[in-house]
Amino acid sequence: MVTLSKITKTYSKGTVTAVTDVSFSVKAGELFGLIGPDGAGKSSIFRILTTLLLPDSGKATVAGHDVITGYRQIRSQVGYMPGRFSLYPDLTVEENIQFFATVFNSSITENYHLIEDIYVQLEPFKKRRAGKLSGGMKQKLALCCALIHKPTVLFLNEPTTGVDPVSRKEFWEMLRRLKTQGITVLVSTPYMDEAALCDRIALIQHGNLLAIDSPDGIVNAYPGTLYAVKADDMPRVMQVLAAHEPRFTSYIFGEYIHVDTYNGNTPDLPGELKDLLTKSGFNDIEVKPITPTIEDCFIKMLTT
Amino acid sequence: MTSLEPVIKTEKLTKRFGDFIATNEITFEVYKGEIFGFLGANGAGKTTAMRMLCGLSRPTSGKATVAGFDVYRQTEQIKRHIGYMSQKFSLYEDLTVLENIRFFGGIYGLNNQQLRVKSDGLIERLGLQSEAKKLVGDLPLGWKQKLAFSVSILHEPDIVFLDEPTGGVDPVTRRQFWAMIYEAASRGITLFVTTHYMDEAEYCHRISIMVDGRIEALGTPAGLKTKLKEPSMDGVFYQLARGAKRGDS
Amino acid sequence: MNQFAIFIKKEFFHVLRDRRTLLILVGMPIAQILIFGFALTNEVKNARIVVVDHAKDNASRSIINRIAASNYFEIQADVMDRDGMETAFRAGDIKLALVFPPSFEDNLAHQNHAQLQVIADASDPNSATTLTNYVSSIIRDYQTELNEQAALPYQIAPQIRMLYNPLLKGAPNFVPGVMALVLMLVSVMMTAISIVREKETGTMEVLLVSPFKPAWVILSKAVPYLLLSLINVLSIVLMSVFVLQVPVKGSWLLLFAESTLFIITCLTLGIFISIKTKTQQVAMLVSLMGMLLPTVMFSGFMFPIANMPVFLQWISNIVPAKWFYIIVKSIMIKGVGIEGIWKETVILCGITLLLFIVSLKSFKIRLQ
Repeated sequence: MVTLSKITKTYSKGTVTAVTDVSFSVKAGELFGLIGPDGAGKSSIFRILTTLLLPDSGKATVAGHDVITGYRQIRSQVGYMPGRFSLYPDLTVEENIQFFATVFNSSITENYHLIEDIYVQLEPFKKRRAGKLSGGMKQKLALCCALIHKPTVLFLNEPTTGVDPVSRKEFWEMLRRLKTQGITVLVSTPYMDEAALCDRIALIQHGNLLAIDSPDGIVNAYPGTLYAVKADDMPRVMQVLAAHEPRFTSYIFGEYIHVDTYNGNTPDLPGELKDLLTKSGFNDIEVKPITPTIEDCFIKMLTT
Repeated sequence: MTSLEPVIKTEKLTKRFGDFIATNEITFEVYKGEIFGFLGANGAGKTTAMRMLCGLSRPTSGKATVAGFDVYRQTEQIKRHIGYMSQKFSLYEDLTVLENIRFFGGIYGLNNQQLRVKSDGLIERLGLQSEAKKLVGDLPLGWKQKLAFSVSILHEPDIVFLDEPTGGVDPVTRRQFWAMIYEAASRGITLFVTTHYMDEAEYCHRISIMVDGRIEALGTPAGLKTKLKEPSMDGVFYQLARGAKRGDS
Repeated sequence: MNQFAIFIKKEFFHVLRDRRTLLILVGMPIAQILIFGFALTNEVKNARIVVVDHAKDNASRSIINRIAASNYFEIQADVMDRDGMETAFRAGDIKLALVFPPSFEDNLAHQNHAQLQVIADASDPNSATTLTNYVSSIIRDYQTELNEQAALPYQIAPQIRMLYNPLLKGAPNFVPGVMALVLMLVSVMMTAISIVREKETGTMEVLLVSPFKPAWVILSKAVPYLLLSLINVLSIVLMSVFVLQVPVKGSWLLLFAESTLFIITCLTLGIFISIKTKTQQVAMLVSLMGMLLPTVMFSGFMFPIANMPVFLQWISNIVPAKWFYIIVKSIMIKGVGIEGIWKETVILCGITLLLFIVSLKSFKIRLQ
């Protein structure tokens, strides 16, 4: 449904490189996540796919149309939510949805079933000006406006940024329900935990694609074993681990510290860890192997 | 590292906007050298509370002192003793790194001698020697955030307020940022942090969770997880925030 | 105090680094001083006049020669009949006419007293007064000269008639000028800002990714301002008629039709500016500095265009307000119909078409 082949994009006459040689494809009906921090190139890729920017080189197609020559066809059948709130703050909820439905030669009634379970949450505020909604509500409204014309592909650029975890979770549940309607959804997000909710994801940093696979696939591809370490006085544990020779890769992760060998230089990692911590005078020592999360995989890719 | 000396003390602090009660009688204390996580859903009243504590907004009722100064009558002294950094604004994009440091240092009352010493130290610590004369707008986000944080504590304030400081930043930089936070805490600076990353809630000494204008939970991460029988902070937050009536409106 | 100094230093950085705004803020005053200093003056020079000499005697020719020799006047035609003169006045081709009666010298010789008619276009009362004063002083000089050699004093009395605005009220001059200014302000600036705002807030991005043709987006912006501007025209004209006592001598319908044309010109200009600028702030600056000020300076309602250096006269030809000012003055003050202003109308249409084509070509269907 969406294909990219060696897409490169630079700005400011080539001095700023946003995207380098990116290639991947998204199948019809997939919920695809583009995961990476700010500045990774996500927005540029989305803008190229929605035909708003021309790539420096490479080819891309959406729903079978080329993004350069077939832009008119693409623009009439995709839904797009750009990063920040891009609806009309001085129009009401109702008026915004009405406007976007009409712009796409559709109407609210025609595709109401698509936005139904999102709209029920908005309905009590339908006469409120969009600018006066809370962040989470604005995102829901923007999603409605992008869906109301039953697009074949939905592009959501960082729809959950700045929104609290509960609202984020609800939003993703809504996205998963869209799959049953046969809509292909591409979402970009800096939140690694959201990656696990996608069918397939692409990890991207500094314009380069680090990996592309299903979340499970990426986790399974993690080389070696990752361990979680805990003891009393965690800050000191960090210091001890950081100072150790040969080096470990260690970083805080919630209530544990995740530790891995640095380039495979420690054959018996758990043993060495327990030893080290005991000798350093810690109590309540816990060292256990864990299944890496997407964030762990991302960190691994960034630090090797 | 943390002592029992409260640097923030509030008692039934309330802010009303007409009929709407944004912050409803919140009572809590934050101790010197603590990393205090201030969590809550959008619209729960966090920003309003922070504004009152920074001396930017006058409370409707209740009491509060920050760094020993009263939030009603001594807002100027409060502002002199705190630092602030938010995701939306921290540094001037069209000034260079050096110019930003000198400007904010000057604002905080550092003289030229102190400024020079601190500015050199800061640049070296962050490894920004080759970037010092670049416009901040040209730096990648991670650098900007780390620089903004360092600038906010240039004057060694008693407390620093950090409003979602790590939004959108990559996981490695995020942890470098938190290492800087720990380092500041060990120097006796108190840090008041809001965040939407639940793993960051674990890095705090204590946290509070606001729901519908009230503080519904206050304690250490471990303590809250035990009390609410949740294995993770995610679960704790979800349990409390899910029942919010005001959460998204 | 030190802290204050730091703020000042920072503000200087901000200002100096915003190149585009800096250019306008520094460049504009320089341009304005030069223009005001060299080009704009209230003096009247090279005014086009017509002389109708029924006498064709020495006295009349002497006076005519002196007038021809002076810098102030440029004689268009020596002979013209009444109708021709009226047409010329209505079209704005001449500013003043001198008419010598057949027995001019005769009267002087036998009665020591002669008259001649001085007819001035008083739709611009300032110019008219200045011109009639010049004429009077030339005639007085001649009279003085005659008297030096004469026994009895000669007296030449110019009969001055102010056309279109006998009471020399200021309003007939500035009402058309204000109309041009107000329409420019609303139509150019507000349209430009409105479209650029969509670019700035990001809604344009969403609109582009839709089957909606971008041209419709832009045209839809222009419509409310078109209606608003027409209402403005109505209120200005009504106030002019009822409050300022300056009636509309010509056709109301024609006035509104021409106003609509001018509004469309301004809207197109606003659209062109919005395509070329990225922020509302720059759009506003360009509209104000770049459009409003030239309109005031080059439309002709404050400073006579004929007195400017030729180069600036050429520039004034591309300022749409100049043509509209002439059109409105002709209709309102002189009562002229379409036959008198078709030239200006065609020029306005041409400018609009040109702006429209250029806008269409520059319109970007993508973000970069």
